[in-house]
Amino acid sequence: MIKFSEEKLAEVNKIVARYPAGKQKSALLPVLHLAQETFGGWLSAETMDYVATLLQIQPVEVYEVATFYSMYNLKPVGKYMFEVCHTGPCMINGSDEIIQYIKSKLNIGAGETTADGLFSLKTVECLGACGYAPMMQLGKNYREHLTKEKVDAIIDECRKNAATNN
Amino acid sequence: MSKKLLLEKAHVEGIRGYDVYRREGGYRSVEKALKEMNPAAVVEEVKKSGLRGRGGAGFPCGMKWSFLAKVEGVPAHLVCNADESEPGTFKDRYLMEFLPHLLIEGLIVSSFALNSHDTYIYIRGEYAWIIDILETAIEEAKANGWLGKNILGSGFECNIHVHRGAGAYICGEETALLESLEGKRGNPRIKPPFPAVKGAWDRPTVVNNVETITAVVPIINMGGDEYAKIGVGKSTGTKLISACGNINKPGVYEMDMTITVEEFIYSDEYCGGIPNGKKLKACIPGGSSVPILPANLLLKTAKGEPRLMNYESLSDGGFISGSMMGSGGFIVLDEDQCVVRHTYTLARFYRHESCGQCSPCREGTGWMEKILKNIEDGKGKISDIDLLWDIQRRIEGNTICPLGDAAAWPVAAAIRHFRDEFEWHVLNPEEAKVRNYGLAHYADPIHVAV
Repeated sequence: MIKFSEEKLAEVNKIVARYPAGKQKSALLPVLHLAQETFGGWLSAETMDYVATLLQIQPVEVYEVATFYSMYNLKPVGKYMFEVCHTGPCMINGSDEIIQYIKSKLNIGAGETTADGLFSLKTVECLGACGYAPMMQLGKNYREHLTKEKVDAIIDECRKNAATNN
Repeated sequence: MSKKLLLEKAHVEGIRGYDVYRREGGYRSVEKALKEMNPAAVVEEVKKSGLRGRGGAGFPCGMKWSFLAKVEGVPAHLVCNADESEPGTFKDRYLMEFLPHLLIEGLIVSSFALNSHDTYIYIRGEYAWIIDILETAIEEAKANGWLGKNILGSGFECNIHVHRGAGAYICGEETALLESLEGKRGNPRIKPPFPAVKGAWDRPTVVNNVETITAVVPIINMGGDEYAKIGVGKSTGTKLISACGNINKPGVYEMDMTITVEEFIYSDEYCGGIPNGKKLKACIPGGSSVPILPANLLLKTAKGEPRLMNYESLSDGGFISGSMMGSGGFIVLDEDQCVVRHTYTLARFYRHESCGQCSPCREGTGWMEKILKNIEDGKGKISDIDLLWDIQRRIEGNTICPLGDAAAWPVAAAIRHFRDEFEWHVLNPEEAKVRNYGLAHYADPIHVAV
């Protein structure tokens, strides 16, 4: 059974305290982010049910939110997820070539994960980095002004990090 | 001209931290408001300033504030809309990333004016690192007595909470944002009731864009009348423009709203012209939702007057020959860009972001995307162009929230001004795969003369 640590539970309580008493459902989006980070990078039915119990709401209230927002993953994803923007302004600056390059380099399509579970590729809509295009989100940060060389360097960096952390 | 009220200190080293921000004159507006003014006087200054909402709709901020219902025993809330997601727009990110204390300062003064003790910043989930920056700034402000109970001995209490979204453009629409703040899907609400009467948790609520809130700081410091002297007509004060696409210097620029579009694109002070000596083909001047304009109509109005970078001038001519200021997301397309392809990516964006409540938007955005993809792939028919026109017309005005209009307008404008390019695509599918249509007749008459 999954469960937050005491430390994480304190964080949940801190989030809930931001909202008026009795409106703990308001904490759902931030708590789902925390759950996704904590429980393997995606939201399983078990994780969502657990969040429902924590916030004293119905499981379906969690499911309908988790399926609405694009940042929640409803299936397992790679350790490093490349979220590459392909909306107009990024397209003008060559995002399609970058996406194509990542596909051939990692040998996966959009929405897929490499066999070693290390990388996922996801095409996303505008992330608000139009002046620094093409770009991708990687974890908490943006990688901007992407070139093929930069993509190579990012992939190497991820592989190195994965090797040291394991 | 270049006039800096918000970004004046953006390049001061360490301005992101409290000490430098305070040393550079930060939090003076809080002192002035809480010590020398009452909430009504703050609202009055904002009214006098003529400040218009910087999120896209351009609604007068002071008027919006004055609508806030005062209900005995029911708290009111200020919610800052930091869900910046309109393609081409990245100005709020810049403000929060580099000047977080400016936003906090503006929020304290605005919360005082609206009597909001718990104020929320609803930030798009992808701006994850900016959340850390804001939370650090909030902690610093709290530690220095600008937040919490009895600020500056005034008896006013204010707390600011950051609420992280999770990826949904629709949550930039204020009622969808409130739903999302309440932990629900971002489905826009039917209005009335307006948020000013029943907003977050059915309490009176004002939702303001990040840039709007930061503008309150100079307004209080200099006075509403002085602020209103900057700019022209009903476009008072300064505006941030985020410029991108085919320009030499993409980035965020602040200006008073008196410069011409031509100066903005070609002067070295702003976009610095178009790279590689290419020519201007088209521009979406106010974020992806507003009509695209061909170069000739962008630089000059239908009457032949130079077009200015302000609310009135950008919309001069209505949708027949004008566009909108919108969110200030300025997207430039050079002669090598394909309008069909660009419009397709925007149609895909709106299909992806439609919340699905209203059938004209839910179904129509998908149909438009598919038809545009077909034309782009060389499988289109001439009748598809009329079909697209018909679909967008049936979406516009027929949905609960403005996302329907926002999806319809880019398609309508692309067909209105670039129909020949759509027809060329349909009639020359093989050629369209290897080359773009080019400039054709809508070239910029000023800079094309060779």
